[in-house]
Amino acid sequence: MNKLIVSPSPHLNSEITTAKIMSLVLAALSPAMVAAVVFFGARAAALIAVCTASSVVCEYFCRRIMKREQTINDLSAAVTGVILALNLPVTVPYWMAGLGSFIAVVIVKQLFGGIGRNFANPAVTARIVLMVSFTGYMTDWAVPQYWQAEGTSCFGALYHTADIITGPTPLVSGNASLTSLFLGNTGGCIGETSAAALLAGGIYLMVKKVITPAVPAAYLGTVALLTLISGGNVPHSLMSGGLFLGAFFMATDYTTSPVTEKGKIIFGAGCGIITFVIRKYGSYPEGVSFSILLMNILTPYIDRISENIPFGSRSEKKEV
Amino acid sequence: MFRLKSIILDHLKHTAGTEARMLPDPDKVLIPMSMHIGTPCEPVVKKGDHVLAGQKIGDSEAKMSVPVHASISGTVTDIKDYRLLNGKTCKAVEISSDGKHKTADCSPPEITDKASFLKAVRESGACGLGGAGFPVHIKLDLKKETDTLIINAAECEPYITSDYRQMVEKPDEVLGGIRLVMKYTGIAGTVIAIETNKPDVIEDFEKLTADIPEINVLKLPSVYPQGAEKVLVYSCTGRIVGEGEIPADQKVIVMNVSTVAFLYRYCCTGIPLISRRITVEGTAVKNPLNIFAPVGTMVKELLEFTGTDINDVRKLVAGGPMMGSCLMTADTPVVKTSNSFIADREYTEPVTTSCIRCGRCVRACSMNLMPLMIEKAFINRNTSELKRLRAGLCMNCGACTYVCPANRRLAETNQLAKELIR
Ligand code: SF4
Ligand code: SF4
Repeated sequence: MNKLIVSPSPHLNSEITTAKIMSLVLAALSPAMVAAVVFFGARAAALIAVCTASSVVCEYFCRRIMKREQTINDLSAAVTGVILALNLPVTVPYWMAGLGSFIAVVIVKQLFGGIGRNFANPAVTARIVLMVSFTGYMTDWAVPQYWQAEGTSCFGALYHTADIITGPTPLVSGNASLTSLFLGNTGGCIGETSAAALLAGGIYLMVKKVITPAVPAAYLGTVALLTLISGGNVPHSLMSGGLFLGAFFMATDYTTSPVTEKGKIIFGAGCGIITFVIRKYGSYPEGVSFSILLMNILTPYIDRISENIPFGSRSEKKEV
Repeated sequence: MFRLKSIILDHLKHTAGTEARMLPDPDKVLIPMSMHIGTPCEPVVKKGDHVLAGQKIGDSEAKMSVPVHASISGTVTDIKDYRLLNGKTCKAVEISSDGKHKTADCSPPEITDKASFLKAVRESGACGLGGAGFPVHIKLDLKKETDTLIINAAECEPYITSDYRQMVEKPDEVLGGIRLVMKYTGIAGTVIAIETNKPDVIEDFEKLTADIPEINVLKLPSVYPQGAEKVLVYSCTGRIVGEGEIPADQKVIVMNVSTVAFLYRYCCTGIPLISRRITVEGTAVKNPLNIFAPVGTMVKELLEFTGTDINDVRKLVAGGPMMGSCLMTADTPVVKTSNSFIADREYTEPVTTSCIRCGRCVRACSMNLMPLMIEKAFINRNTSELKRLRAGLCMNCGACTYVCPANRRLAETNQLAKELIR
């Protein structure tokens, strides 16, 4: 008879793995990637490829150098790369995209120990660093489908970006129609303009139970409520800027948001308040990244105050 | 009333449709003196003695103990030390069959009042057949007023169908047992808790209890771990069995359906607990079956009875796939609490990776614990944090480990954490 395998219970495991979760996230991001290419041309696709590839390469070498087990197969680096790309304007130089990946993967993620250990969202932090360092490049919003006006092909901008026609984002100008905001036919970062594509991806994530509705609902709900109270245009404020991308894909990052549902609601509401305040009073037009980063920093504290109360536990006082 | 968290598992109850088969008496049985929670028995026979099936072979003076009986007739060929699954050692009696299956003179016990009932229950060797093995006469010796008897027929673990087959094959034993317990303990009402994945027995029992107002059937959603005691009490009555409490503190007692059925059988025949229904399942098992087998039978013989090639087996689990324990060898005897054996052809342990803080474990835990934080506190050996997180409430149901995408062995860690703060 064979030697029997002895292992602790349970002897069944669900099918879900980290890699599967990440591939579901990539699938959920694909409508936004398609929209990016539709509205911003081949260069958008190239940016996504550069960010993803450089993120994975950074992760690979980091793990090699640190002599840790390889983690590129869990696809989390690829997800970070795609999300970072979606957070860039189509005009940024490729080296800047690569630099962003380096900041996200090496500095924010791996130096803190890799997946599950970083305290701040890698893509969000990289976007902020790039934003603060290269404000000009990072706020150069291309007009969607600029090649039509220019009469060249959508491949025209692959090598040189000088001809790309730029304009203000609707968040600044406030003059885009709701339909174009919903579809994504406005200026902005390549992945944040199409509310429809992001919403589709977000709903997919919820249906697949990758995320719970807590964070996006609290986040979007808070922004909507505050906008309503302050007499703003609610649909406009929800669909412009990076709010949908942030609420569905960045604020929901497992590692940097609280684990309990209660905590997620506090986190989402906090993001909503900060986003609203920055948009209304801040000097940057867009508050989504800053709000998520700030709430990331608060996450350990939120985790503490939002812990589940064990079933049937006696209160500490009675115990004494 | 809020719903407790739970997970949904595949039922995999392939053995549900076939009647339990009787295992022919094995040539040899090995009967451990400790098959219940409490003091192990001392053998009352010696090597060379001839014993009859149902004859007492071990007993103890201790209150928290139940006697052990021979399950076949034959000669005591050895009395040796035996290591139990929990690592403790006790004596075990080996009996070689004489091939006659002679039963000792068993006559139904005389029961007139509570005291004689409890005495009979003890003499029957009854302990909780659901897996816990708690001596039944102690559970039924109510110290406080109790208003509800909950019959645990949830059978929430995948594969296992031995309780289900009890209800299908001998529903009268179940009802008879319930009546006995209610009569002699004075409990006024009974709830038979059945998961909705067994619609046929729900229907049967609803019919059978239609004219009995004090016995009700309760349909429970088939989620895991519905049959865990605290979860079940809450699902049936809305009462919360708190930290350090037992169900009796909330005026309920919980009994497994096969246990009450056995009590009835005993009171009718006087034959003590010497055999039971066992589900034999798994990828290595050719014909998955429920088998009625004598206590002390080697698992190997059960497997052979189902046409399994013992050389195919790579992993053998006693109990369900969620909470059962691995056996090191198929030369392990069936005990009173064995409800199933799962023999698998192969098993690859998934690799453990870093926790990604996805919160799935938190959303799975019926006890509302925070498994990922308990794990972290355990790694840091932070006992005060472990106490604050109530690691002691973990019931090792395994739901958290099951759902973890990083395959962290959370339930196992919690058991180690419990040891640490004990
Ligand atoms: S389920 Fe696993 S990966 Fe998810 S939070 Fe719990 S321990 Fe971490
Ligand atoms: S094993 Fe313990 S911590 Fe894990 S789900 Fe079950 S009760 Fe909760």
